[in-house]
Amino acid sequence: MHKLKKYKTAVIFLLPNLLGITVFLLLPFLEVIRRSFCNTMGNRFTGLYNYYQVINNEAFRLAAWNTVKFTGIALPLLLVVSLLLALAVRVISTGKEVLQTTYMLPMALPISSIVLLWKVLFYDQGLINGMLLKLGLQQVSFLSTDLAFYILLFTYIWKNAGYDMILWLAGLDSISKDIYESAEADGADAWQRFWYITIPELKTVMGMTAILSFMNLFKIYREAYLVSGKYPHESVYLLQHLFNNWFLALDLGRITAAAVMMTVVVTAGIMWLKKYWQLEE
Amino acid sequence: MVKKAALYIPLLSAAVLIWWPVWFLTMGILLSPDEVNLLYAAIHTKEGFVRWCLLPSWPSLRALIQLLFDTPEFFVVFWNSCLQCFLQAAGQLLTGLPAAWAMAQLKFPGRRLLFGMYVVLMLLPFQVTMVPEYLVLSKLGLLDTSLAIILPGMFAAFPVFIMTRGFEQIPKSMVEAARLDGAGEWAVLRHVGIPMGRAGVISAVVLGFLEAWGAVERPMSFLENPIHWPFTLYLPQVVMDNLGISMAAGFVAAVPAVLLFMWGQKYLQEGIMQGAVKE
Repeated sequence: MHKLKKYKTAVIFLLPNLLGITVFLLLPFLEVIRRSFCNTMGNRFTGLYNYYQVINNEAFRLAAWNTVKFTGIALPLLLVVSLLLALAVRVISTGKEVLQTTYMLPMALPISSIVLLWKVLFYDQGLINGMLLKLGLQQVSFLSTDLAFYILLFTYIWKNAGYDMILWLAGLDSISKDIYESAEADGADAWQRFWYITIPELKTVMGMTAILSFMNLFKIYREAYLVSGKYPHESVYLLQHLFNNWFLALDLGRITAAAVMMTVVVTAGIMWLKKYWQLEE
Repeated sequence: MVKKAALYIPLLSAAVLIWWPVWFLTMGILLSPDEVNLLYAAIHTKEGFVRWCLLPSWPSLRALIQLLFDTPEFFVVFWNSCLQCFLQAAGQLLTGLPAAWAMAQLKFPGRRLLFGMYVVLMLLPFQVTMVPEYLVLSKLGLLDTSLAIILPGMFAAFPVFIMTRGFEQIPKSMVEAARLDGAGEWAVLRHVGIPMGRAGVISAVVLGFLEAWGAVERPMSFLENPIHWPFTLYLPQVVMDNLGISMAAGFVAAVPAVLLFMWGQKYLQEGIMQGAVKE
């Protein structure tokens, strides 16, 4: 009897949120899946035609490759940079709070406010080019060359390093001092302690940090869009740009197929990563 | 120790990379529109270069005044942002908080699977969820209204995730004790859950609000009529039309976000940490 009552409570607590998610995401997603196997109007079954179209689409291939490339470079880089920040902030004695607040600020600044600054810095007529000219150096076109990729990379790290730093700090704080002390007593030096204790202990936090950083990775589209518009330089043409443009064209067949594929990839990724990150009690 | 002092070099360099944009933004209300046009016009004219000075040559609040008194559009978009974001955050609390409590402290079959679903949902980029959302909103006739932003937004998975992790940290003994006292689950949540899970709840609210405040994609895709636009769609427009007040607008738009961040920072840090590490 008691158990049944508990389930009833759980249901009541969960229901509003689950209802919303079902109405706005899960149910329509079934329609998305259905549409991915139909033509644009949605009335004729076309099998895997849309999927075939998407995979063979030049723009899709470019966008997918760019997104994978960006993820492969940006994620590890962010993790390393934020870890270094966390380690350094931990060691110093004065100014900890000020620095922590500083590093966390970018995540609060709305990107629309920052975009003007980015334009001022990186446009062909921007500050950096002006300075390069004054120094007698070659001018650089940041946004219409492959350098755009690195601008985006920098933006991603700038925005998220502080957030990840907090995650690392939590992980570092949770390692018990005893392990370090006994290692030191055994004669391990600082580098050995770091390599053989800190790094392994951080594995769980690393999994979580990676997942949350991955979540923030897709948001970088905002910056890219606000600075470079719908069709940026090809080095930063991401899946999001593609989706957005297909969306504007209301190409439902292709966009639903692509959406289904992306969901499958992300879900598979999570299930694989679960090995490294425990959700269990 | 010399070694420790040397750390300040990279740390402060990184900090400058943040302080300078903040100063740039603040200049938005100190530069007069004329000076802004003088310095940054190169962006539009494609001639010459942008110039920048550390301090305004003619400090003036004129841009701010022009923005607040002469630009009714700004009020409209600012109000839209406030409305949409506040309601999203409120909705996230209203529906998300109980759900998070259930997943953290109530036992029921499929709990882990359900939580896993939230994790997948929070990771899906908007570009994937925009398609189903569009279909539903279109069917319900809600496109081009503020509800198109508020409704999908208030069921965001990430705040629920953060609150769940926060609630998981509460010692089960305390929760059990409250239950044994005969309190209904709502009372347990109110007297034990929320006070002890404060960090998670506040972080979820702050992060949820910040996410909504800076949102660009959903408004861009679902709102056609500028009358419902949040400021995030308006700002890029204003940079084109009226460079002079664009910086002041950027500054004013950032203020609520930064203030909220400052207010919640302590809890935010704790809440984020709880998301990472299990006690």
